Amino acid sequence: MAVEQAAGRALRPAGVYHDRAVTALVLCSVVWALLGMLAGLYVAAELVWPEIDFGREWLSYGRLRTLHTNAVIFGFGVSALMGTAFYSVQRTCHVPLFAPRLAWFCCIGWQLGMLAGGLSLLAGWNAGKEYAELEWPFDIAIAVVWVCFAVVFFGTIAKRRIQPIYVSNWFYGALIIVIAMLHIVNSLAVPVGLSKSYSLFAGAQDAIVQWWYGHNAVGFLLTGGFLGMLYYFLPKHADRPIWSYRLSIVAFWSFTYAYIWAGPHHLHYNAIPEWVQSLGMVMSLVLLAPSWATMVNGVMTVAGAWEKLKTDPALKFIVLSLAFYGLATFEGPMMSIKSVNVVSHFTDWTIGHVHSGALGWNAMITFGTFYFLVPRLMGAPLHSVRLANIHFWLALAGTMLYILAMWGAGVSQGLLWLSLDEIGELSFSFKDIMASMAPYYALRLAAGLIFFAGVLLLAFNLFMTVKGRRTIAVAPPKTTGF
Amino acid sequence: MDGVGLHKRLEANSGLLIFGILLVSAIGGLVQVLPSIFQDSLVAPTAQTTPYDPSELIGRDIYIREGCGVCHSQQVRPLLAEIKRYGPYSRAGESAYDRPFLWGSKRTGPDLHRIGGRYSDEWHRLHLIDPRSVVPNSIMPAYPWLAERPANRGPDVRRRMRALQALGHPYSEAEIAAAPAALAGLMEIDALIAYLQGLGATLNAGGFDQASRTAPSTREQRPHSADGGDAHFAPEAAG
Ligand code: HEM
Ligand code: HEM
Repeated sequence: MAVEQAAGRALRPAGVYHDRAVTALVLCSVVWALLGMLAGLYVAAELVWPEIDFGREWLSYGRLRTLHTNAVIFGFGVSALMGTAFYSVQRTCHVPLFAPRLAWFCCIGWQLGMLAGGLSLLAGWNAGKEYAELEWPFDIAIAVVWVCFAVVFFGTIAKRRIQPIYVSNWFYGALIIVIAMLHIVNSLAVPVGLSKSYSLFAGAQDAIVQWWYGHNAVGFLLTGGFLGMLYYFLPKHADRPIWSYRLSIVAFWSFTYAYIWAGPHHLHYNAIPEWVQSLGMVMSLVLLAPSWATMVNGVMTVAGAWEKLKTDPALKFIVLSLAFYGLATFEGPMMSIKSVNVVSHFTDWTIGHVHSGALGWNAMITFGTFYFLVPRLMGAPLHSVRLANIHFWLALAGTMLYILAMWGAGVSQGLLWLSLDEIGELSFSFKDIMASMAPYYALRLAAGLIFFAGVLLLAFNLFMTVKGRRTIAVAPPKTTGF
Repeated sequence: MDGVGLHKRLEANSGLLIFGILLVSAIGGLVQVLPSIFQDSLVAPTAQTTPYDPSELIGRDIYIREGCGVCHSQQVRPLLAEIKRYGPYSRAGESAYDRPFLWGSKRTGPDLHRIGGRYSDEWHRLHLIDPRSVVPNSIMPAYPWLAERPANRGPDVRRRMRALQALGHPYSEAEIAAAPAALAGLMEIDALIAYLQGLGATLNAGGFDQASRTAPSTREQRPHSADGGDAHFAPEAAG
């Protein structure tokens, strides 16, 4: 197929692909999904029954929620991205990984770093910046592993035997480069002891730097990185080339250019200069174009493979994830409009938006990819297609219920907080509004349970597929394109 | 050569692709973030803003450690309803000594930027140890361990102040030397309460009444310039 179109002279096969580290990363990612979402469930339950932290620090909401976000984004998300990047870069370059030992170092280093990091969060080590809570020793460890990741990835590209660098690699490449830049700048701090540091930036400047980081961690990791996954696994799986090559070029560069500007939509009406907010808003609206261009490109790629869609749960997951990608990237720009953000900011609406992206897009595309990938790594069929189908419906139901509950909660919070009576006094006390959230929070907990039940099925299914097997050896094709 | 042809070249050269990505993604940061970092007025303290004293500083670090910020914002937006609910809206200069900033992104509980002086120390103590003893249907977690630990746990307060001093916070040597004594006998909960009672306290005492007089007439924004134009809200200007 086009992805790996190989024309030209025959060469000796250059060894076999290094896939064992891929298998390890995929399995670690599943473990992180379980741990991270369990923490998510627990904090969701704490919002319903606040006593269930039993007065223990490490079960306390503020620490456990931080563990949740870090475990799902950096444990589950990054492990999946690293694994699929290692897998796809070999296949799109027709060479085994460059520096396979370094790839193992990335795998093991990242897992140990995140494990220790997660424990440190429970112990109360916290840098206090969202999605960058890990303290400076971990920041350094992350930077080291990340540089190794870059060396393996770009090293593999450098020794490729196919001339064009395939589009999935642009996205994975952007993930590696931009996250490195953001992480290093945003983590700059003066340490006072192992567990504590003070940010190099203060106040409003810190806020601007933080959301330049925070928004683009979403942009280049949760969006861009997973788009790399999409661009490799969707065509591969649907067995058709990407619908429009031209559209993917335009979408990639406009995405890379525009995303960086959008951070200030996290700071609307906050104490930062007006022009920064307005620019952030405009660029967020602009982002709708590349986002939807990519979605259209994806949907058109599967168009014509609809037959397969009926029977193949893995492809169903990927296609559904595109729909949620479309939803989140439509909702996001709308929430960036200042007059909408007045209502949505600080409310559960944001939480709903986050999880329509996180559950509907990131988690679903990862599930679909794993259902496709693990059988190929093992050279054996998936243990149970039926269970995967059940997982699909649980994931869809859980995500929908989560989003609906949070829209209900968020819109009512937003409007009730701002509501004034006819003489201009506040209509409702904060406490009453907070108390009225109880049913929504209970609903979200139910949604989380449904979604989590699906993840348990995934873990069981993949475990049974892997059990007693080893990663098979696959050699690159003998012909090459240079 | 058409655009696609040009791109084919980029795609065939990994060095060029890396460089392209770096360049294109850096532009936004250079134009939008970098100027803010060099805009000193953004972090010029307001007339009432002083560096945290030792107990407030320790209290703030506990606030960060416990992740209070995941549920509480510290940012009153310039909207009529928010000013009515919480007090004068937040100015950039008030966060001049905040490393990191703690404006937050979610209000599961209320904003705290103007909490200082609203409740007694004793109320805070009860509330932190058992929130439901004072707010019956609160969903806030309890923090009983804060009452059991001395405030001078963890990195020495002098080291903390030195680090901040190096970053430009105006602590004198005498203040730093006296800091451990200021913490003597305090528990973590006392430090946290000191921090909370300091939040917006000077403003609540009337420092910003100019602000409420000129409060926005609609619930939409009144354009505020964060870049130093807040001077007329300082008490001197307010008369
Ligand atoms: C079983 C599934 C999940 C449940 C029950 C769950 C639950 C929660 C809860 C209760 C919160 C705190 C909301 C608040 O502060 O009011 C939260 C926050 C968050 N979750 Fe999840 N979550 C789940 C899965 C995920 C996944 C898979 C991801 C990412 C890939 C994710 C990413 C996040 C993020 C980024 C936040 C912080 C949002 C913000 O600060 O605005 N969650 N989650
Ligand atoms: C064009 C695309 C998007 C735009 C313009 C956008 C815009 C926004 C806006 C306006 C907010 C609310 C900020 C606030 O009021 O505090 C937000 C929050 C968030 N969005 Fe998006 N969004 C987009 C896509 C996505 C996607 C695909 C994800 C994937 C998971 C995502 C994850 C998040 C997260 C994690 C937050 C919460 C940040 C926080 O406050 O902690 N967004 N986004």
